[in-house]
Amino acid sequence: MAEYRLKSPLSDADAHKLRAGDMVYLSGLVYTARDAAHKRLTALLEQGEKLPFDLRGAVIYYVGPSPAPPGRPIGSAGPTTSYRMDSFAPLLYKLGIKASIGKGRRDLKVREALQEYGGVYFGATGGAGALLSRCITAARIIAFEDLGTEAVRELEVIDFPLLVINDAYGGELYATPDLKAAGL
Amino acid sequence: MRSVSSNLIVERVAAMCVSANRILPQDVRRRLTDCAALESSPAGKEIFRQLKENYELAEAESLPLCQDTGQAVFFVDMGEDLRVEGKNIRAAINEGVRKGYSEGFLRKSVCDPFSRANSTDNTPAVIHFDIVPGDRLKIIFAPKGGGCENMSRVTMLTPAQGWAGIRKFVLERVAEAGPNPCPPIVVGIGIGGSFDSAPILAKKALLRPLGDKNPDPALDALEKELLADINKLGIGPMGLGGTITSLDVKIAAAPCHIASLPLAVNINCHCARHEEIEL
Repeated sequence: MAEYRLKSPLSDADAHKLRAGDMVYLSGLVYTARDAAHKRLTALLEQGEKLPFDLRGAVIYYVGPSPAPPGRPIGSAGPTTSYRMDSFAPLLYKLGIKASIGKGRRDLKVREALQEYGGVYFGATGGAGALLSRCITAARIIAFEDLGTEAVRELEVIDFPLLVINDAYGGELYATPDLKAAGL
Repeated sequence: MRSVSSNLIVERVAAMCVSANRILPQDVRRRLTDCAALESSPAGKEIFRQLKENYELAEAESLPLCQDTGQAVFFVDMGEDLRVEGKNIRAAINEGVRKGYSEGFLRKSVCDPFSRANSTDNTPAVIHFDIVPGDRLKIIFAPKGGGCENMSRVTMLTPAQGWAGIRKFVLERVAEAGPNPCPPIVVGIGIGGSFDSAPILAKKALLRPLGDKNPDPALDALEKELLADINKLGIGPMGLGGTITSLDVKIAAAPCHIASLPLAVNINCHCARHEEIEL
């Protein structure tokens, strides 16, 4: 398993060199979006409107940060569970995003989209939001401010620690539960 | 009749909302330390290391342990010889939540189920009241994250399914949840009661200190058996594979209808936050 330092936006080559299990320290810009923002982004696409950020090479982080205390760019900011964004993700990969960051399993359609369009799915450590916030140096709301924590934010990250969970070749890092060993 | 001012309840609840979200309880820390020593996978060991660094940092820097500071769930034991002066107790607890979540820079995660409009102050809280003998007021606060709550289930088994059916349902639920609820998880199990009370039993079971003994020796044995079996699933910390999928299993049981065997599985993440006050 390899270790990479990558800069976003990501290229096709970046996505294609990664394999499930690789460790990536990501720097650059990432965009936050979770349930409500995905619904609105998709509605904008359906209406043929411009999105608040360029999807090409983009990295979307599934996170709803806690409010920034004075003197900090952001509060705690760990990943939310990704499957809730599965119905939206294939279209976003088709339109150019190269990676999403979250925690938990993706469905078959997302995993197929990663292979078809050359993308990856990263896992960040769930429940370590205080720790991960240290890798975020700036945050600004760029759309849907009324959504509060669910607004789309542009984050500047430095060496954000990620594991490649699903790669562009059908590889997956998560363990398959061993029901037989558990006596079922 | 003793009386307590609603202002005191507001202040103490507000303070508890903030501290419970920043300071991981000692029982959870001890259990994480004990389980880390048992973890065999390098990826799993690394997750345990990060979780320790996270709770130390959260406390030192006054940050929430997790960005999901939860829906505010309370269990209130109210003495029958106690009167709340000022606001009614439900209003006082909600006022405390409003104050604590605002002043503590905690995330507001409560919305209308249809419009999805955020209430912007994390109210209303979910409050379970019990009337008890005496003149004391005990308030337990357990902020509950959405990720693990989504992985919880309730079902109505048949009496014939018995313990084998309970065991199968719990193991399948944990297996299906996999990496989603932030393992290593705590599994709260409510057995019996009715369709509505089984999940409350399960949630209440999660409030017991990690690593304790169930006061009922039969249930204690079942908890240990099930914990060992869950850990044989090999899901591991964050689903990356390993020895520790679950930190603990907690069972609460209550009498049920002769036709039924209600079962609720309430999954909690490793960030098992809970705090209580007595007034």
